[in-house]
Amino acid sequence: MTKAERAMRWFVTLPPAAFLLVFFLAPALIVVVASFREPGEFGGLAPFTQPTVEAYAFLLGDLVYAEIFARSFFVATLTTLICLALAYPLAWLIAQSPKKRRDLLVLLVILPFASNFLVRIYAWIILLGPLNLLYTPIAVVLGMVYVHLPFMILPLYANLEKHDAALLEAAQDLGASAWTRFWRVTFPLSLPGIFSGSALVFIPVLGMFAVPELLGGTGDILIGNLIKEQFLDNRDWPLGSALSILLTVLVLALAGVAAWAARRGIKGAEALT
Amino acid sequence: MALLELRNITRRFGALEAVKDVSLAIEAGEFFTLLGPSGCGKTTILRMIAGFDAPDAGDILLDGASLSGVPPEKRPLHTVFQSYALFPHMTVAGNLAFPLEMAGVGRAEIARRVGEMLALVHLEDKADRYPHELSGGQKQRVALARGLINRPRLLLLDEPLGALDAKLRLEMQGDLIRLQREVGITFVFVTHAQQEALALSHRIAVMRAGRIEQCATPDVLYTQPANRFVADFIGRINLIEAEVIALTPEGARLRSATLGELLVAPPPACALGDRGAFALRPERVCIAAPGESVELDQRYAGRIRSALYVGETTLYQIALESGQIIEALEANTSPGRARRYEAGDPVIIGWAKEAGVFLHDES
Ligand SMILES: Nc1ncnc2c1ncn2[C@@H]1O[C@H](COP(=O)(O)OP(=O)(O)OP(=O)(O)O)[C@@H](O)[C@H]1O
Ligand SMILES: [Mg+2]
Repeated sequence: MTKAERAMRWFVTLPPAAFLLVFFLAPALIVVVASFREPGEFGGLAPFTQPTVEAYAFLLGDLVYAEIFARSFFVATLTTLICLALAYPLAWLIAQSPKKRRDLLVLLVILPFASNFLVRIYAWIILLGPLNLLYTPIAVVLGMVYVHLPFMILPLYANLEKHDAALLEAAQDLGASAWTRFWRVTFPLSLPGIFSGSALVFIPVLGMFAVPELLGGTGDILIGNLIKEQFLDNRDWPLGSALSILLTVLVLALAGVAAWAARRGIKGAEALT
Repeated sequence: MALLELRNITRRFGALEAVKDVSLAIEAGEFFTLLGPSGCGKTTILRMIAGFDAPDAGDILLDGASLSGVPPEKRPLHTVFQSYALFPHMTVAGNLAFPLEMAGVGRAEIARRVGEMLALVHLEDKADRYPHELSGGQKQRVALARGLINRPRLLLLDEPLGALDAKLRLEMQGDLIRLQREVGITFVFVTHAQQEALALSHRIAVMRAGRIEQCATPDVLYTQPANRFVADFIGRINLIEAEVIALTPEGARLRSATLGELLVAPPPACALGDRGAFALRPERVCIAAPGESVELDQRYAGRIRSALYVGETTLYQIALESGQIIEALEANTSPGRARRYEAGDPVIIGWAKEAGVFLHDES
């Protein structure tokens, strides 16, 4: 690498690095610090005396929180699986369609983003009301799936579109039935797409509070609602921060395990990405 | 009975007839090659044999039974694709095991046969590698091994050496011949490289625009091409317009505007007055210095126009007094000078009456 290239590299990477440092790392650190402090009388934080683990102790002491965490992870898993089941055939069909039509179909997938998120959720209220599904867990999952489906379709499509049709012909030529061709060739090669799509659905669902709040009943609150409540309603910033930290740690642990499994499971698929 | 038979196969893509009324019979154990320029329909024929495409007319028979309606996965034949199409998420051993797993072979037997096959293609130490960790030649050998491992009746190869560099290509040609003779499986090989076809095949079908122009052994194709296209496509050749003016038991007498009268023996299958081309391979032309005595049926005086030195041989272009250009090839066997003549040198060229053939034009 020449001197000029090195300078160029710094020049290009410095602005995004600085941005991340100021607007991502710093707030994250503030949240960590806040979780070890005491709540102020009218919200915010009390004047600092000494670090305390009160918020964490409170969290772990009450089973309600564990239950909400469990429910959230369940809803996130269910949403991810449903999204996967719906998105896979769709992404596959888009990838199979003639090149000219593909862009149009992808546009249709992202078209909902053109209108406001809340407006679309209110539309669901109108839809679900007459069906007697409003304010039920089903409504929450439906809403979650609806909101996050594009995030599953797009990475899956990006992956499937790159598949070499010759591989399927080779498998067929060597004696594989349609079913075997899917499970032995298409599916394993699409694992990177499945993993990134799943991450893009699973993680945001865990933090999403608008959908359960608008479509769910009182018993359907998830971690996202809980955190929002601590900051906006209960004014217990340390507890909200501790909840956020716990969620982040759990998600990171899960992502670590998934990445490890992925690396083991799809060694050859890296040639594809 | 032939192992594979194509009966009057035709395939149309819209208005284009990619394959026109092709009939072929390929015997068991043969190394059969489809040779022709790009776009002449070679891949289309192979895909119809493999079952990925179906003819619009005609029938394909394997062991006398029609393959029509049999899907590719049920045909007892395999294809080696030009792009290799190795499964990127499986190791070399995994790729080789795949066809055996599809055939329901047991685990122990799979391990044994994979080991055997790896040894045959000299890749024993690459069993656990992934395709993207292999060189082009190694990938090519894995693809070949995967096609051969469960001993298909027929192996179809679509330009399998096309992606390799010249030296590796030569090496792989040797490997291909060795493998085919060792396993005894019938090969149907597609290429547009005539040298490769000549080197590898028992028989070659030369194609042009969807039709088979000639189907014969390499030496027959080379020495007795059926028409101008085949003569020109296979190797280098001098083609000179000529007309038959006399037919005698010992040969045909031709007249050409530039070569005058010349004798071709033995007499070709033609009639008096037929027009066509006198075809003469460059290596059959002798060059002598003026004054050197040579015993030849045809002799012409000319001048060296250019000399193309390619190492073992030199290709000369000689301009005759009539303006006709004749190509002559000489082996560089004498020590010292790389070539005997330089551009501008006056020479005498000539050939024996058996050296050339007459190719009459189809009417
Ligand atoms: N699916 C298709 N649709 C339309 N035309 C096609 C199709 N497949 C092949 N063709 C046409 O048929 C003709 C023969 O094609 P083919 O691929 O068999 O040629 P080839 O001899 O294998 O050539 P190459 O040496 O370049 O591989 C070509 O003109 C090609 O454009
Ligand atoms: Mg081809």
